[in-house]
Amino acid sequence: MRSFAYDRPATIDRAVALLAGEGALALAGGMTLLPTMKLRLSAPEALVDLSSIADLKGIASDGKTLTIGAMTRHADVARSAEVAKAIPGLARLAGRIGDPQVRNRGTLGGSLANNDPAADYPAAVLALGATLVTSRREIAADEFFRGMFETALEPGELLTAVRFPVPYAAAYAKFPHPASRFALVGVFVAQFKAGVRVAVTGAASSVFRCHPLEARLSENFAPEAVAGFTVDPKGLNSDIHAEPAFRAHLIGVMARRAVAAALQPAV
Amino acid sequence: MKISFKLNGKPVDVDVEPSLLLSELLRDKLDLTGTHVGCDTSQCGACVVHLDDESVKSCTILAVSVDGRDVTTVEGLALGEGIDRLHPMQRAFHENHGLQCGFCTPGMLMSAIDFAKRHPKPTEHEVRQWLEGNICRCTGYQNIVRSVLAGAAAMNAGN
Repeated sequence: MRSFAYDRPATIDRAVALLAGEGALALAGGMTLLPTMKLRLSAPEALVDLSSIADLKGIASDGKTLTIGAMTRHADVARSAEVAKAIPGLARLAGRIGDPQVRNRGTLGGSLANNDPAADYPAAVLALGATLVTSRREIAADEFFRGMFETALEPGELLTAVRFPVPYAAAYAKFPHPASRFALVGVFVAQFKAGVRVAVTGAASSVFRCHPLEARLSENFAPEAVAGFTVDPKGLNSDIHAEPAFRAHLIGVMARRAVAAALQPAV
Repeated sequence: MKISFKLNGKPVDVDVEPSLLLSELLRDKLDLTGTHVGCDTSQCGACVVHLDDESVKSCTILAVSVDGRDVTTVEGLALGEGIDRLHPMQRAFHENHGLQCGFCTPGMLMSAIDFAKRHPKPTEHEVRQWLEGNICRCTGYQNIVRSVLAGAAAMNAGN
């Protein structure tokens, strides 16, 4: 790893000031950034460690909106009684990211700012139509994910919290890569009064909404409604693990499983 | 940068480069080579230690970020020399032969202890799920899972 300057500010204001520096990057849980630095794919001049900023952590719910601080770890979301009550599908998603040690470090904000095409959280944020709160503004989920590892965040802009509207029902199903646990395909479904939103991760260069699935499920929110559903494989990811046609098929299968899970009564 | 933290119950003050990893600090600067580095890409889990009583991968944490915190390595588990003084989880691995080459064992132990603290009555399925982040290329996991179940039972019986 190349050498860099290191700071661990205690406030958002101080972090934002430090991030304005040349070549500075924010360090959240480090589960992606540190491996990339070890491979020298990233060589920041300075790291701004966000782990001591209390204002970036925590979970709060008022029944209509669930707010989660950007530095809240996957393990905390997975174990949270508030999340389990408001959006149980989100707690279950968090509990299946990576492995236990990754969940003890990795954070919601880190995952979203990184926008890995196979990450789990972007599917939840997009399907739930969440609002991303930054040091400068609020960004709707539909505007946030711009492409592979690309988001609407500007240089020096810090993601501080995510506000999730509480749906009637929601769940996530993924076909995990057997080694990395990243999603080969993951589908998050969320049912609201206005209709159903469906987001797919792992299948393309970035998370995306699947409008044909949304239309079918808005009409009938039941696993049968998407039986046999598949999408056009054109443009889907192709690698040694799965060809586009297999990923297209998995989108339908995962959607069906997610709807079934969403309809299960809370335990 | 100067950092101070607690390591296996004792205070440590050390001067480190920001780019130094926790695994490197433990092994190369503090001579605690029980923490192993297998893949160095946070996949294999040989380097698992406890940070404030939670299992984490020390190859993917900066040493500077443990400043002011509490770190436990495999060297901090036993009460002293001899089988009788081993931690209950170490003893369970010994009694159930939960290893072959032993390279992954330190990480397995640290991960298993974190697991046992969170699962008072664990099932085999839960053990296998938890060990997703700990890779063993010798055993096929049968005896490791047996060891973790026995160790968890002993820990939760206050043994």
